[in-house]
Amino acid sequence: MRRALKSVFERIDRFFDIAFTPAWNPMQQLGALGWFFYWIVIVSGIYLYIFFDTGITQAYHSVEYLTHEQWYAGGIMRSLHRYASDALVVVVFLHLLREYVLDRFRGPRWFAWVSGMVLLWLLYVSGISGYWVVWDKLAQYVAIATTEWFDSLRIFGKPIARNFLNEASLSGRFFTLLIFIHIAAPLMLLFGMWLHIQRHMHPKVTPPRGLAAGCLVTLFILSLWFPALSQGPADLDKVPGIISLDWFYLFIYPLLDKYSGAIIWAAVAGGTLLLSLLPWLPARRQSEVAVVHLDNCNGCARCVADCPYSAITMVPRTDGLPFEQQAAVNPVLCLSCGICSGACPSASPFRRRTALIPGVELPAFPIQAVKDMVLSKTQDLAGNNRVLIFNCEHGLDLTSAPVKNIAQITLPCIGMLPPAMIDFTISRKYADGVFIAGCREHDCNYRLGNEWMQQRLARKRDPYLRERVPAERLAQCWAGVSGYKQGLSELSRFQEQLAGLAPTARQSPEERLRDGNKTECANA
Amino acid sequence: MPEIWRMMLQLPFYLAFALLLAYLSQQPVYQHLDPENALIKLSLSHAGQHKEECHRLTPEELAELAPNMRKPISCNRERLSLLVEIFLDDNLLYRASLQPAGLSRDGESTVYKRFPVTAGTHTITARLRDSHRPEGFDYERSEVVSLFPQQNFVVGFNVDTGGFHFL
Repeated sequence: MRRALKSVFERIDRFFDIAFTPAWNPMQQLGALGWFFYWIVIVSGIYLYIFFDTGITQAYHSVEYLTHEQWYAGGIMRSLHRYASDALVVVVFLHLLREYVLDRFRGPRWFAWVSGMVLLWLLYVSGISGYWVVWDKLAQYVAIATTEWFDSLRIFGKPIARNFLNEASLSGRFFTLLIFIHIAAPLMLLFGMWLHIQRHMHPKVTPPRGLAAGCLVTLFILSLWFPALSQGPADLDKVPGIISLDWFYLFIYPLLDKYSGAIIWAAVAGGTLLLSLLPWLPARRQSEVAVVHLDNCNGCARCVADCPYSAITMVPRTDGLPFEQQAAVNPVLCLSCGICSGACPSASPFRRRTALIPGVELPAFPIQAVKDMVLSKTQDLAGNNRVLIFNCEHGLDLTSAPVKNIAQITLPCIGMLPPAMIDFTISRKYADGVFIAGCREHDCNYRLGNEWMQQRLARKRDPYLRERVPAERLAQCWAGVSGYKQGLSELSRFQEQLAGLAPTARQSPEERLRDGNKTECANA
Repeated sequence: MPEIWRMMLQLPFYLAFALLLAYLSQQPVYQHLDPENALIKLSLSHAGQHKEECHRLTPEELAELAPNMRKPISCNRERLSLLVEIFLDDNLLYRASLQPAGLSRDGESTVYKRFPVTAGTHTITARLRDSHRPEGFDYERSEVVSLFPQQNFVVGFNVDTGGFHFL
């Protein structure tokens, strides 16, 4: 099921990539779009509140004034308020489904998943209470159905639905409480959203400008073309028979007419509980978290800057070496992506005097093992189009590619690859070219591995790829799992390009032995 | 791809998104109550009589109590359940024995129910028993009412105003 959904998501992604470019792809900006729609709701809400009369009898008229008399500002703001709220629901559910399908909710990511469940509730409280305060026929229906639903919990001394028995029983104080809820819940939602991204370094909270502009213009045109309107003033002496529901927020209400409130409570509470427990059903099998080798850590903090999950912090030095700080890994937050070892300046395969142990690395996937694989996997390659592929285990896999003269080293994340390893492979002539294959662009399984790698290769981020690495001997392909055809075609083209270049001398067995032995000596 | 073509390609996505929002924010309409029906709401909250009558303690019984607890009259807090019946044109619409609220069963008995009925002229009868009487009712009201479609007709109860009231 999840595999099928993953394939659907990838196809949709590719479709959006063509129309929007990977950088603007809305499917990869769902969280950021959520923030964007939230801010539209808040700004439009503040404007509406300036003109809104909180009296129960005046509320409807003040909203009508905004909608009709002040259609050019208040009316548009009201419609933006509604449509941005609805758009928020759409992106939130897509975001949830996408993270589930791509298996990005287990392990240390449970926090974002579980806090997301709380956010869902707050979103619905915010949205439903908003429909209430207009005090039209829909509000009347929502008010009565909600209070009756809460009464089914039997936690109130007297049923709170009695507040809406008829016009005579209507209490302005109760209405004021609802307005307070409609202001407090979105504020709590904002706090929750902040908490939701706390474990993320460089969280995406603003979509690309072009995409944001496109969404805003769409909502604006929609507001003009199809303005949000009230459904006539509430009249508690009459039951609203036929009503237009906002199905994004109010889909549960028709169920309340069909099933008892207790059953619906059980369903939503059970559903929330089940979703919240998903990260542990089953729990993620995670390899050992990154470890710091103090002998090789000079406290440069590049790993801290590159860790996508804020799992590394700098702490005062404990080993007496003449550095102020040292890196420390928080095992609770570490996802074992290895991006930290790719960022470590001491992860250089050129090291001769000491063993190849960087300041920080994955115990299950040490940098020495990567170097060893470079030596061993390139051994049987021959000719002048020898290609060593470094790929991400969540990205493009070219193992079965019907292409000769290639070898592939699969890493937990492409961001784990130190640029010096590319330099080493090419300058020591272990291959004629290096092919980097990661996750799809802007869709790194570990959020920032692609981006950091691209910046390192472009010499914009430490550790830089050395200038001496010829650009024509390096290729990058960010095609992801579903981009096999694209990857294959780019690989073939790259090999053709390499064949056209001046041949590089292949490493002699003696030279290979020297590289290998020196490491072994150093390790010993 | 030229930027203008890309923007043209994006238009259908924005349009589809706008249509989705426009449609599902209003449609399909939902019929909460048949337009030909009216709704009768029964809402009452009333405390039944005490289950046991208060009795005056004898001097001996008083002497057994601590000095600060010596109240001459002892009353059990527990109250009786209410028996409520609603008839519509001699058809029983609702009948229930309502337990008093509270751990000691000393609170009010409460009910809130709604009954969709066909609009038109009906005889509505409401009865309530809150005492020890084995038969009959302590409060009763019967009235011929004309319910218009979608009317919200409330059957309420207030002991201070004589019992049931129809609104």
